Amino acid sequence: MTTEPLLSVRGLTTRFRTDRGPLVAVHDVSFDVAPGETLAIVGESGSGKSVTALSILRLIPNPPGEIVAGQIVFEGHDLLKMSDAEMLAIRGNRIAMIFQEPMNSLNPALTVGLQVAEPMRQHRGVSWAAALDGAKALLKKVHIPDAESRLHTYPHQYSGGMRQRAMIAMALACRPRLIIADEPTTALDVTVQAQILDLLKELTRETGAALILITHDLGVVARYADRVVVMYAGRVVEQAPAARLYRHPLHPYTRGLLASVPRLDGAAGERLVPIDGAPPDLAALPPGCAFAPRCTRALERCAQTRPLLRAAGDASCQHHHACLRDELTVD
Amino acid sequence: MSSPSIEPASARHGDELLRVDDLKVHFPVTRGVLFRHTVGVVKAVDGVSFTIRRGETLGLVGESGCGKSTTSLAVLRMQPVTAGRIVFEGVDITAQDRSSGTFRRRMQMVYQDPYGSLDPRMRVRDIVGEPLAVHGIGHTRAEYHERVAALLATVGLLPAMAERYPHEFSGGQRQRIAIARALALEPSLVICDEPVSALDVSIQAQVINVLMELQQRLQLSYLFVAHDLAVVRHISHRVAVMYLGRIVEIAERDTLFREPLHPYTQALLSAVPVADPAAEALRPRQVLRGEVPSVMRPPSGCRFHPRCPQAMDVCRSEAPALNEVSRGRAVACHLHGKVALPIHALATSP
Repeated sequence: MTTEPLLSVRGLTTRFRTDRGPLVAVHDVSFDVAPGETLAIVGESGSGKSVTALSILRLIPNPPGEIVAGQIVFEGHDLLKMSDAEMLAIRGNRIAMIFQEPMNSLNPALTVGLQVAEPMRQHRGVSWAAALDGAKALLKKVHIPDAESRLHTYPHQYSGGMRQRAMIAMALACRPRLIIADEPTTALDVTVQAQILDLLKELTRETGAALILITHDLGVVARYADRVVVMYAGRVVEQAPAARLYRHPLHPYTRGLLASVPRLDGAAGERLVPIDGAPPDLAALPPGCAFAPRCTRALERCAQTRPLLRAAGDASCQHHHACLRDELTVD
Repeated sequence: MSSPSIEPASARHGDELLRVDDLKVHFPVTRGVLFRHTVGVVKAVDGVSFTIRRGETLGLVGESGCGKSTTSLAVLRMQPVTAGRIVFEGVDITAQDRSSGTFRRRMQMVYQDPYGSLDPRMRVRDIVGEPLAVHGIGHTRAEYHERVAALLATVGLLPAMAERYPHEFSGGQRQRIAIARALALEPSLVICDEPVSALDVSIQAQVINVLMELQQRLQLSYLFVAHDLAVVRHISHRVAVMYLGRIVEIAERDTLFREPLHPYTQALLSAVPVADPAAEALRPRQVLRGEVPSVMRPPSGCRFHPRCPQAMDVCRSEAPALNEVSRGRAVACHLHGKVALPIHALATSP
């Protein structure tokens, strides 16, 4: 990539204090997002994908959480060095977030119109009348039928898919350069999921915004992402352009994940290859590779030596993995 | 409108175990606190018919509100039936109640959430063994322990785990405990309502494999209710697709997924992304307009017509019957006789 990345995360480490001692939810995570690109962060529950997103926006509740190391450089400035006031000027403006459950992230006591207009009031300093006009245009843009009258209704009068459209409208209000969507369609039916993700993709293409799509669904990743970061137990285990990752998955966890999920176009009825065991307890991680206890290809040293993320093949393929095995080269 | 139960095309499986004929489950909608009165009726299940043979899995798919869970509760007799008939192992159980019915040993259930369905204060032994105790099976303590150990082994857990409590297990293991409990009374039919959707993706395969192995070994039948089409396709022999309380299409698994006939089935299949960017790029896409309407106010005629890309005038006024178009396959669509060109939602399978 020759262009300057829009967002550059380096060595991000986020820790939570718990009754059972410190728990490192995100450990030494690094990745870049180029302007206009869609990056998917994939992982299961506890992999640290959501905490990564919240860390970027500095929305980690402190206490118990704390970002203890790293850099998050966005448009040339380190977000971790900014004051709270500077951060407020970025959230909802240059970086917007879309959450999983739109019912919980919309205010039930305010009309949808006011909520979509609010970021424009806040960041652009325009009048309410102008902001509401803008909100109407945004609701039209996200294909909410009858936007004019919908402006004055409340979230409970919207269906699940419409609420998520309203969230997207709100996120787009200030033409952000980066949108972070955390499982935006997990609560929705499949036919609506397709509508919402298509819309999100279309709008980012139109506005040139970059998108970080956080999901556990490998199908969604295949359809919408340009590049993929695979996380396991708080660390990045593999990172590659989407087409390449699916064609040549290298890390045993990525391979296991792809083999364990039945595919609509795969062989039906054949035995799936599950990943044995369960994701580890983050408060009691082994000293070596966190995946080693479940890995079918683990070596003796995997239990002791922590693998670092390293390049697979030459730099042009932008493929990195964190596995000690050397023979995990491409083909 | 009564429609015949659609028989499976192949005789690969045993005789008929369950027959559901024109099942209707309606709920009254009431208003008012002091003067409670009925203002309408929700037809959650409205004329559903199907059969399940011994050793067969029927997948029941659809989006939220389509009535798939209500159907399974009605079959279990945990939900009163408004009309229709449920025949299980040759006996009409429509009038029976789960608490007293003699059939209940033979028909068991696995729920969606293994965190909510296991009592956290009970040891695994008693969770799995409770049905035995309730039905007075295994008189001595030793016999009881032996049965529980055998059941745990059946689902791939160690007998020593009987001493532990649910919180000591992962989601996949808990779901296996729930399966062991369902098997305790040697049922012939197990109704699984979204049994893997609460589990992490790497764990789902463990549970799917256990269910499929048990079926082979014990000749179990499953009614497998789920919204994940890839999982349903993987485990089912036949699949029924529901929309707003009705079955819109039912067919053998391979037929349905290779050549879906109903426009809703086509759209549903095309909406599900496949975990392969190369295949994804080649797949035709058909994105539906709008969302599933409220069951309180279902559209007139064919309930799918407001979202259907191929809707005709007749669809707005007349509800299509579920007609058998070829052996073992039925579609409820006015187009079905003259399907223009079915969209092959999937790349042709090898």
